[in-house]
Amino acid sequence: MGDYLLLAWTWVRASAQYRTSFAVSIISSFAINALDVIAIGIVFTHVTTLGGFSLREVMFLYGTGGVSFALADMLFGNIERLSQHIRAGTFDTMLIRPVSPFVQMAADGFGAHRIGRLAQAAIVLGLALPVVPWSRAWMVPVMIVCGVVIFTAVFTLGAALQFVLVDAPELANAFTYGGVTLTQYPLSVYGGQLVRGVTYIVPLAFVNWQPALYVLGRPDPFGLPGWLRFAAPLAALLLAGVAALAWRAGIRRYRSTGS
Amino acid sequence: MIETVSLSRDFKVRGTVVPAVHDLTFRVGAGEFVGCLGPNGAGKSTTIKMLTGILTPTRGRALVAGLDPARQRKALARRIGVVFGQRTTLWWDLPLRDSFELVRLLYKVDRSRFAARLAELTEVLDLGAFLRTPVRQLSLGQRMRGDVTAALLHDPEVLVLDEPTIGLDVVAKAEVRSFLARLNAERGTTVLLTTHDLGDVERLCRRVLLIDHGRLAFDGSVAELRALVPGQESIEDVVAHLYLSSTPAAPRTPRRTPDADPPIVTA
Repeated sequence: MGDYLLLAWTWVRASAQYRTSFAVSIISSFAINALDVIAIGIVFTHVTTLGGFSLREVMFLYGTGGVSFALADMLFGNIERLSQHIRAGTFDTMLIRPVSPFVQMAADGFGAHRIGRLAQAAIVLGLALPVVPWSRAWMVPVMIVCGVVIFTAVFTLGAALQFVLVDAPELANAFTYGGVTLTQYPLSVYGGQLVRGVTYIVPLAFVNWQPALYVLGRPDPFGLPGWLRFAAPLAALLLAGVAALAWRAGIRRYRSTGS
Repeated sequence: MIETVSLSRDFKVRGTVVPAVHDLTFRVGAGEFVGCLGPNGAGKSTTIKMLTGILTPTRGRALVAGLDPARQRKALARRIGVVFGQRTTLWWDLPLRDSFELVRLLYKVDRSRFAARLAELTEVLDLGAFLRTPVRQLSLGQRMRGDVTAALLHDPEVLVLDEPTIGLDVVAKAEVRSFLARLNAERGTTVLLTTHDLGDVERLCRRVLLIDHGRLAFDGSVAELRALVPGQESIEDVVAHLYLSSTPAAPRTPRRTPDADPPIVTA
């Protein structure tokens, strides 16, 4: 933890050397993500509900999924650049320091520009909060933390795969960036098979969908068991455990580069 | 200080298992200065990487400063210093001094010990003039002195260097060499280095390990190495002769027991 903050701060100082690029990246990341919101707005100018959910409710789903993803991406998302570090040989230098290579990778290249996406998702979530009844508000921070853990675990699984397939970071992106897009809409707009897949296999449904059904007081449109809406912490822990094992197996398998 | 028993590492290349390092057994005592020689692709770097915890051995084991590098990597990192001639561990965009400060924090070196050690290294390696310069603006020689300093700030018992003099000019080379000799003589730091520069070996190493095709082909003093090939004037010629006369080991299939390929020469 201390090491993470130390490394992150060092990277912020290093990136402050390039001030213009810093400003441009923070603004562009905000703008790109704002387009997402505009897209949802446009949909609602034509319909009043999406998959049975009102605009505010969709914004709640978008905001919780977005905040979880933005936090995971900001704090640990850099782990998916592992293959670049393997090829450049810089991963070797991380392994000779008395700090976990996971922490070094996560903090590597940390920059405040990663705040752009977070700010945008937080604004959407803030606008949606009036739909949350007081008695169920406690679930909101719980689902965000579970979402961060789930997305971080997916990032880590993708990185662990790169120890074996140095050229396949794109496969992991399908689950991380694909995952966040999936969680930004009510799962009721998707087919039942997909929803079962993201509930029981890659547990993305627990990022926000299942806990949101509780928060919004909705029955499950797919008729899945009711206890699932409280299972997010369990799903997050299980997936984190699998990711940790995969990461360790990856390190053991690490081949370094020539020379 | 360093001990290996049947240390081996295979790499799978398109389905076939290629032994990069095979059955390496040697010991390096505390305070020794050992040079590791071998042609390109002989397994020197793979060996160094197993000794520093970067690569996990396929078979056999290693002990460095009493620790198993693959299993106790973080504990080992505090006890050894590692320098890669081909890549830096310094922070490219920050002044050299800041990289050192970061090393202090990451290795949790006591502030006063750090200050004393840095002052000493700054003096011996003559870093004063560029401590505040961003690393990206340093010359290769300056950067290498910076890298050596960064590897020694936590006062390691063992220093491992992978081609530390590569690309350096004569003066910079001489500076790094005399520093390493002094470090070994005065502080008793155990030094293991790989190199293609036989000047390093002649001036520094009391002992030479020759690795060829992943096997230990020679272990002895520089004088003994010379004696292997009579009639050759320079150490370059001796080593070239040894490299040329070696025969490649055939790639093995995974299950076959390792065949007893005779080492080229033994001392």
